[in-house]
Amino acid sequence: MKLEDFREKQIARAASDEELREALEREFQVIGRRLRRTDGLAKSSGRATFTDDISLPGMLHAKILRSPHPHARISGIDVSKALESEGVHAIVTGSDMPETYGILPWARDEYALCIDKVRYVGDGVAAVAAVDEESANEALDLIEVEYEVLPHFLDPEGALAHPEMPIHEPKKPDANGNISKHVRLEFGEVDKLLEDSEVIAEAEYYFEGTTHTAIEPHCAIGYFDTSGKLTVWSTTQVPHYLHRELARVLDLDVARVRVIQPPIGGAFGGKSEPFDLEFCVAKLAMITGRPVKILYTREEVFYAHRGRHPMLMRYRTGADKNGRIQAVDASTILDGGGYESFGLVTTYYSGQLITAPYTMESYRFDSTRVYTNKPCCGPKRGHGSVQPRFAIEVQLDRLAEALDIDPIELRRRNLLGSDTRTVNEFLVRSNGFLECLGAVEGASDWKEKYRQLPYGRGVGVAGSCYISGTNYPIYPNEMPQSAVQLQVDRSGRVAVFCGASEIGQGSDSMLAYIVSEELGVPLDYVRILAADTDFTPVDLGAYSSRITLMCGNACIDAAAKIKKQVKTAVADGWGCRPKQVALAGGWAFDVKDTDRKMPISEAFNLAEAKFGTLGATGSYNTPKDIHGEYRGGTIGSSPAYSFTAHVAEVEVDRDTGFVEVHKIWIAHDCGRALNPVLVEGQMEGSAYMGFAEAVMEQHIFKETGLHNAPSLLDYKIPSSLDTPELESLIVESVDPVGPYGAKEAGEGPLHPSIPAIANAIYDAVGVRMDRLPFMPPRVWKAIQERAEREKAGGLAPWKQEPGRTTLPAAGD
Amino acid sequence: MSDTIPQCARGALPPGRTASLDRPGELLIETIRLTVNGDRHELGVPSHYTLLEALRYVLRLTGPKQGCDKGDCGACTVLLDGVPTLSCILPVQEAIGREVTTIEGLAAPDAPHALQDAFDLTGGAQCGFCTSGILMSAAALLAANQSPTRQEIREALAGNLCRCTGYTKIYEAIELAAQALREERSPAELVGS
Repeated sequence: MKLEDFREKQIARAASDEELREALEREFQVIGRRLRRTDGLAKSSGRATFTDDISLPGMLHAKILRSPHPHARISGIDVSKALESEGVHAIVTGSDMPETYGILPWARDEYALCIDKVRYVGDGVAAVAAVDEESANEALDLIEVEYEVLPHFLDPEGALAHPEMPIHEPKKPDANGNISKHVRLEFGEVDKLLEDSEVIAEAEYYFEGTTHTAIEPHCAIGYFDTSGKLTVWSTTQVPHYLHRELARVLDLDVARVRVIQPPIGGAFGGKSEPFDLEFCVAKLAMITGRPVKILYTREEVFYAHRGRHPMLMRYRTGADKNGRIQAVDASTILDGGGYESFGLVTTYYSGQLITAPYTMESYRFDSTRVYTNKPCCGPKRGHGSVQPRFAIEVQLDRLAEALDIDPIELRRRNLLGSDTRTVNEFLVRSNGFLECLGAVEGASDWKEKYRQLPYGRGVGVAGSCYISGTNYPIYPNEMPQSAVQLQVDRSGRVAVFCGASEIGQGSDSMLAYIVSEELGVPLDYVRILAADTDFTPVDLGAYSSRITLMCGNACIDAAAKIKKQVKTAVADGWGCRPKQVALAGGWAFDVKDTDRKMPISEAFNLAEAKFGTLGATGSYNTPKDIHGEYRGGTIGSSPAYSFTAHVAEVEVDRDTGFVEVHKIWIAHDCGRALNPVLVEGQMEGSAYMGFAEAVMEQHIFKETGLHNAPSLLDYKIPSSLDTPELESLIVESVDPVGPYGAKEAGEGPLHPSIPAIANAIYDAVGVRMDRLPFMPPRVWKAIQERAEREKAGGLAPWKQEPGRTTLPAAGD
Repeated sequence: MSDTIPQCARGALPPGRTASLDRPGELLIETIRLTVNGDRHELGVPSHYTLLEALRYVLRLTGPKQGCDKGDCGACTVLLDGVPTLSCILPVQEAIGREVTTIEGLAAPDAPHALQDAFDLTGGAQCGFCTSGILMSAAALLAANQSPTRQEIREALAGNLCRCTGYTKIYEAIELAAQALREERSPAELVGS
């Protein structure tokens, strides 16, 4: 084939002869390198177009009227005055969208706008589309809603005690309508093994709710074109599920609905189910024939919530004299807020996900999720398992203390190992937890610090594991969890179509790295079109840390098909076997003679001539033999588990109770780091977020049901001055299922931050902080209580050199 | 000629709506002159507009972001005569006669600013939503201090919340950009990429 002119430029950018020879020595060309993101410069130059940056001709703006009551019946809504207000084009109320929705198909309990009842302050009741936000806001004031106020419950105890005042109608006649889900599972003989244990740690833990606080508020735009097709742009991390729910609630043919997910300004689980604004912009667009946008205020974001459940957790953990865990008995109350959301899954996760990285002879959990009249809780980074992880890891610290075993050593004695099953029957393949422990132990100088730092300073350790994607989709089906479609241009450009949601974690980049690795094209030949339901094959979305493993495997699957065609076509021309042809560095070349080569675009052209237009689909579905057969045994199962260990070093001010976290060492087994820069970014961002929950964040409510602090000033998230030094230590266990061995990195590394800090506080000042967050008044009080016990002779002074006096008690 | 030219009232008050106390400035559309990224614009804005609203809604410069609308998060940060400023709480009139620089005006036309390139190389931007504000704070820091310490960087960014990175990669990016600017090399050269 004649060398076309454009190839000169491509050859100039392709790998040199020497680089090609080096390439032969390496296992991977792209994977594992510290590369740029595909969207990095677009973001750092301010050019990435987020949802609120989109403005369509003739666009209207809408606002949602929200309930001022935490629990009330709606006895009437009159919008007539509001409709006459200047600039108003349309108003919708609940009766305009009388179909329930919910992220879990068997628990659809929400209306786009409330019809009969409001269940928290902030529940939406009407939406106004007007020429601008001001006009829409003014019209909201003119809507007259008659409420019949009902008694409300802000804590699960109250709701549980009053089944006669249900927040939701009971699912069965004699059931308590305030219970959203109850799960009890037992593996092994818990009671007997507890009885036989050498030591038992028993404590009650309370995890305060926290919220995602992505810096980008939720935003959606609806557009209904003259052909009757609905398009919704949304800050969603689950475009596929949104696609389905929009069609259901608006009673449209799902094939005539399109969801587009622009770049997202952070999500962390807070955008992983449909919200009222998406239905409202769609319905208002259908009524007005004009594009309609809703941008939540920051206050609305706090009320939309779906964040971390508050959990009250009672734990009994027994160990033998060698520190081997014999029994774990957990009893948990989850404060669910006003609706179901992912509640069923959260309830299972609160128990199912703590059975690694340790062996345990027996395990029982009893979890009850309760409705309350507060914004609904849902999945936040580390869905359902960050709270019990706090409990179990502090329990282990208590056991280590009681048995006088170093807490890292205690964890080593309980290693689960690889290619094994957990006590609740999940199959665990690769497991780098031992290496994680070793990495943080070494990097933190643990052996020189634990119990040896001066009073007020301490170190703590904790471990965790997390799923690389949930094994089953949210709605039961046999289809692939993820799919990718590739299309190759004659120039060498490869387009990747995929439903996966880039939410900042780097999923677009991951796809590009894989295509570049497999097809040998330069990274900037790869174009990603993601998360547009009109063009991309389904991926279920950015939740449960599933994309790298599932979408990555789908992408390898698709690329392999094209790779085979290209190698075959080139080999035919050279008269060699296809496996003698390699694709790398912008070339197709002979592995036995790297001088024999052609630009990759030429190889693509040969393949196109031989096989027709180059394109392929690839998909991934999960293995089905990796969990137990009991009811609920699928929930928490995953093709691969990541493992993490943290050491935190803290300084506690005895006089103020202020906890300063100096540093967190984060070792994370991500299987293989496809790009270490992105993996470290996930590890650091996770550890930061856990740190924030440990010492700062409080998603709490006033008696009236109003949020205590619905602003970024009052709801404290860490600034650069608050955040500790973070050191990432990547551990690669090379998983047999993950793409190139990769597992998740986005959620696992959050978990140990909180218990590691709690355990470090204990090492520093000898007080157990079992209630989050570890704010100064709480820590100060605990220090005072300890001092009083020391004074009374009930306790030895903590970490004091001989001759030093005991601590002063309050008022001294 | 004054930079502020009161133009017109926006028509008669609708029935039932009294003065403008509940919507201060609503009645007035002003024509103002604004210099943004070196361009002089004449634009009509409701007089209650903030600088961020004028930039995003009128000039369509969407680099500065609205994260909280109350001056808490820093995503809207722009430079006003070189000083990092929260454009979401700055009345647009305050920007008249001053040089406004947004993220769109940070780089020369032919190449990204060293900070932008460094952020890309180190992974300083994940979701990218806080990034434009952070870059403006960082640019002001580097304009005043060629070799900031880690602590000086932390202090310069104290008004910009990032929820993705834990800040570590942002510090690395700013240190890399500072070195590149000092040595008049590109960040990519420095990391051997």
